[in-house]
Amino acid sequence: MSDHIKLTRRRLLKTAGGIALVSGICAPAVLRAQSADVIKIGHLTPRTGFLGPLGEYAVMAADLAVEEINAAGGMMGRKVELLKEDSVNPQTASTKAERMIERDKVACIIGEISSASCLTIAQVAQRNRLLYINTGGNSDALRGSDCKRYMFHVESQNSMYVKTVGRSFLRDGLVKGKKWYSLTADYAFGHDLLKVSKRFMEANGGNFAGDDLVPTDATDFSAYLLKIREAKPDLVVINLAGNQITNFLKQYAEFGLTFPVGGFGFDTALAWAAGKGNFVGTWPVVWHHLLDTPGSKAFVAAFTKKYSKPPENQAWGDYIATKIVAQTVNELKSTDSTKIIEHFEKGAKFDLLKTRPGYFRASDHQLMHEMYAVTALPAEKIKNQWDIFTSSAPVPGPNEELEVIAATKEENSCTFPT
Amino acid sequence: MSAILLAQQILNGLLDGVYYLLIALGLSLIFSLGGIVNLAHGAFYAIGAYLTLVISPYLGFGGAFVAAPVAVALLGVVIERTLFRRFYRSDPILSLLMTFGLAMVAEQVLRMIFGAPPLSYSIPPWLRGQVALGGFIYSFYRVVLLGIAATCIAGLWLLLQRTSFGRVVRAGVQNPDMVGALGISLQPYMSAVAALGIGLAGLAGVLLAPIYSIHPAMGQEIITPAFVVVVIGGLGSFWGVVVAALLVGLVKGVMVGIGYSAASTAAIYLLMLLVLLFRPRGLFGERILRFE
Repeated sequence: MSDHIKLTRRRLLKTAGGIALVSGICAPAVLRAQSADVIKIGHLTPRTGFLGPLGEYAVMAADLAVEEINAAGGMMGRKVELLKEDSVNPQTASTKAERMIERDKVACIIGEISSASCLTIAQVAQRNRLLYINTGGNSDALRGSDCKRYMFHVESQNSMYVKTVGRSFLRDGLVKGKKWYSLTADYAFGHDLLKVSKRFMEANGGNFAGDDLVPTDATDFSAYLLKIREAKPDLVVINLAGNQITNFLKQYAEFGLTFPVGGFGFDTALAWAAGKGNFVGTWPVVWHHLLDTPGSKAFVAAFTKKYSKPPENQAWGDYIATKIVAQTVNELKSTDSTKIIEHFEKGAKFDLLKTRPGYFRASDHQLMHEMYAVTALPAEKIKNQWDIFTSSAPVPGPNEELEVIAATKEENSCTFPT
Repeated sequence: MSAILLAQQILNGLLDGVYYLLIALGLSLIFSLGGIVNLAHGAFYAIGAYLTLVISPYLGFGGAFVAAPVAVALLGVVIERTLFRRFYRSDPILSLLMTFGLAMVAEQVLRMIFGAPPLSYSIPPWLRGQVALGGFIYSFYRVVLLGIAATCIAGLWLLLQRTSFGRVVRAGVQNPDMVGALGISLQPYMSAVAALGIGLAGLAGVLLAPIYSIHPAMGQEIITPAFVVVVIGGLGSFWGVVVAALLVGLVKGVMVGIGYSAASTAAIYLLMLLVLLFRPRGLFGERILRFE
């Protein structure tokens, strides 16, 4: 490094002039953004990195929701504006949340997929007493030891995922006295999920044939596949996230392994990417595009019309969260977060495009709603690249309380910090 | 764990290393000759994978196998002529910044054209199935992949060691001024080396598209281990990079095999640290005067 940049007076003036010019150009936009006749909603979600592909669906869905809300008259007669940012990582997410609240005066923040970033956003929201709705962070800890009064969860917690698909495993006789081989993503989400799935397995009489932690940057699973073939498990359990699920499925098919596969965390986009013939197993989802309800059909049709492809489950989360906020603000005639929270805590019911409405559980702010287990179709029964699975009936069933799949107080308890 | 299983993991680890090799050899060549730290190398791998998706509906996987690397290599020549050549004589930090930017631009362009969600692509039916090598059952596709990679690596070695082209390139690595004084312009050689190195990254993209997830950021996944391989192997050493790639694959595979999978990535960085402590130029790194 022989050449240092010499900061001459001329260069300094040029730079300063440039900055002044740029900020001058940007100023009108800032002024416009602060006009009083719009209500702003902040949307934060990872758009790059290994969760980026899912974040893209979240953004598309939130855009669609706002478009529909504005077409129906907005919120309290005012137009809604969505401020969208890439949350990148927990630190950046926190900085951007801070800026959205202080500079842009957003009414609430919606979004996120990474549990770690959910926590940092929630801390900022709590400090500023502003509503934050988590649409994609699964970890039980967010609804337990890390719960916050101003954070609500449209996304299901890990316990709900485990208990939903667990019913399918129990029905198929894959738990009692059976050997599981699990692969777990080696970070907060995976550890939390492993803990919950292990509790389920042990409570129902299963045991581990093998249990490996997988570094989050691993792309090749051949070494694990050799171990799985040797261990001959009754069920291969995938607690991975993002593109790793796709990589695993493609290579599982490549190695010709045929042990039943299942997982406790899943996103439809990853199955679509694995594709026909590679996608196998039974997996839990909060929602999927084949749901046969009028609401879901309308949402799928509107999304497909706008983006030329069906929505995946992450899209549902951000769509429904935005709709819930709009509906509540219109009913209460207020954007005050504290009032909205009280309304949620009183057990207000919301249409979730499913067979029955859902509500936020007051004790931990988790949305109580139906979930589904989807099972891969055999290759010869697949007609197009999207409809590659069949779905279970809603879990819990029509005669059960929605709460039966959620974590009990003993399993995961929350005391809101005052 | 049985001896047979360990032997399987060792073999599999060595095979795994071969994928890094296709990326690392190009990185090493471009740095050795031009002094460019090509952080965009992973992006060319991603472009190779996406081109496979685009080309195969028309020409099949076989067609993509030929056409995609050639297209990526041509792109490499364009990038070399327009961007790389401006940085050969400057501080490596500048080229590092330039290629870092280039990688981001390439990733975003892929995202704009193909969308952020991963796309599906499978092994063509004629390459599926298992082969039994003694007691070792292995994916047929990976055996084919090994054959192709080994052929490329042997071809590259012959090109560098046994042809007049290779002699000029090797001389250029050691002393570009002397090559110039002898009346040989290195410019066309630089372009050819960029085409070779970047074409190999494109080839890796084609070969791994059927078994890895295809998404805009896939280049980032492979670039870091490839750099580790180059650092361990040592600059300017062909066999150093080969040995390092196999070693990295081996260490990773055995760590998973013996039940320390969580540390399998950390282990290759530890390996790099150890090599740098005892051999700062890498395992077989040559003394290259202008990089000292």
